[in-house]
Amino acid sequence: MNGGQDLGGMMGFGPVRPEQEPKDGGQLFHEPWEQSAFAITLAAGGLGLWNIDQSRQMRESLHPADYLRASYYEIWVKGLERLLLERGLLTADELASGRVHEPPVPVKPLPAAQVWPSLSRGTPYSRPPQTPGRFKVGESVRTRNEHPVGHTRLPRYVRDKVGTIERCHGVFVFADSNAAGAGEAPQWLYTVRFNGRDLWGDGGDPLLTVSVDAWESYLVPA
Amino acid sequence: MFPAVPQPHEAPDDGAGRHAHDDHGRDRHAPDDHAHDHHGHGDHDHGSELSEMALRVRALESLLIEKGYVEEATLDELVQTYEQRIGPRNGAMVVARAWIEPAFRQWLLQDASAAIHSMGFTGRQGEHMVAVENTPQVHNLVVCTLCSCYPWPVLGLPPTWYKSPPYRSRVVIDPHGVLADFGLRLPPETRIRVWDSTAEIRYLVIPMRPAGTDGWSADELATLVSRDSMIGTAIAATPAVKATS
Repeated sequence: MNGGQDLGGMMGFGPVRPEQEPKDGGQLFHEPWEQSAFAITLAAGGLGLWNIDQSRQMRESLHPADYLRASYYEIWVKGLERLLLERGLLTADELASGRVHEPPVPVKPLPAAQVWPSLSRGTPYSRPPQTPGRFKVGESVRTRNEHPVGHTRLPRYVRDKVGTIERCHGVFVFADSNAAGAGEAPQWLYTVRFNGRDLWGDGGDPLLTVSVDAWESYLVPA
Repeated sequence: MFPAVPQPHEAPDDGAGRHAHDDHGRDRHAPDDHAHDHHGHGDHDHGSELSEMALRVRALESLLIEKGYVEEATLDELVQTYEQRIGPRNGAMVVARAWIEPAFRQWLLQDASAAIHSMGFTGRQGEHMVAVENTPQVHNLVVCTLCSCYPWPVLGLPPTWYKSPPYRSRVVIDPHGVLADFGLRLPPETRIRVWDSTAEIRYLVIPMRPAGTDGWSADELATLVSRDSMIGTAIAATPAVKATS
């Protein structure tokens, strides 16, 4: 969706504020609640009731003004609350009051002993190819000019642009379908490279290229 | 035991290292330290936005624990893992090895997932890796304009700026301006390549090896490789800079 998350090329946010990394005295979490926000998001995700694309879709469904004002862990928390409500794990009354009103939905919580095995295993998103890919490295492609109301991973700034296939990654779970709960619908995934001037016009940096990873259905031959 | 009006439980940071690393990973809450009515914006006037978030998260965590959806020990373990076990030191070891071993560098450039996983840096948000190499002519920068995609097994959790609108919006259109915010000025003839992580591929920048490091061990070289240099907003430290920092 054309939501608050789709930031590429927007202006007016001011300078980037660099931070030291933790080994040099920086902080991984800036407030104690950020630790909790991080941990409950991952632990609840470990219930296996939603996938990563559905988490992203929920975060993107925040009002754009809220999204742009919020810190990232705040976005995570608000997305998580919406998922918990949508899946019936919590009720609006419970969220509002902070008290349990309804019996829990039976689930299998992630035990502490499974944290490291689960994190270090990860969740591979590649799938075996069933058909040959449509595009070859070096080929020119145009991105589709589509504006789906659901989740998509083709940012606005690269829609309806001509680029070059730079890498072919194989077949991957298709985010748009996975977010909609419509199955993995795996597709070929490519890195597509665009010239800065093709994205940003004559004022663009002529030496800049920007590459995105794009599923096959985002692309047509140029 | 529940106050009628939520109180801001989070005192302003006392600067005494509340967030410092510790044995159990997370700052624990007292059992009766619940908050409720945290959605009641407008009908009360307390605290800052920050303390509202602290209350809101605390209430949510309590609900999740009470309903048996998450376990407190699991939450502690998750935080501890990323505070102590996974961080940019992993990526620095990958880069240092690529600087020393030409065969490993080739492997990393051709199949970064296999090369990185062979060092034990596997798992969540690093399942599918691509390594991109800086040269005197080309400088690489990594971003996720749509969210916060980042290679966790090699870099740990992303810094706040990486997830925030100023970086995500601007690095694809004005990379030199972003680099200037980091105090990095590259020659204008440098070709900048930005990688927007829009799928499940995660990117690691291999910075250029600094001069004056001949004969250094991998461990020594890794000390020159900062987190930011593997995102592309910095270059590797030079021995002289490192020695005086």
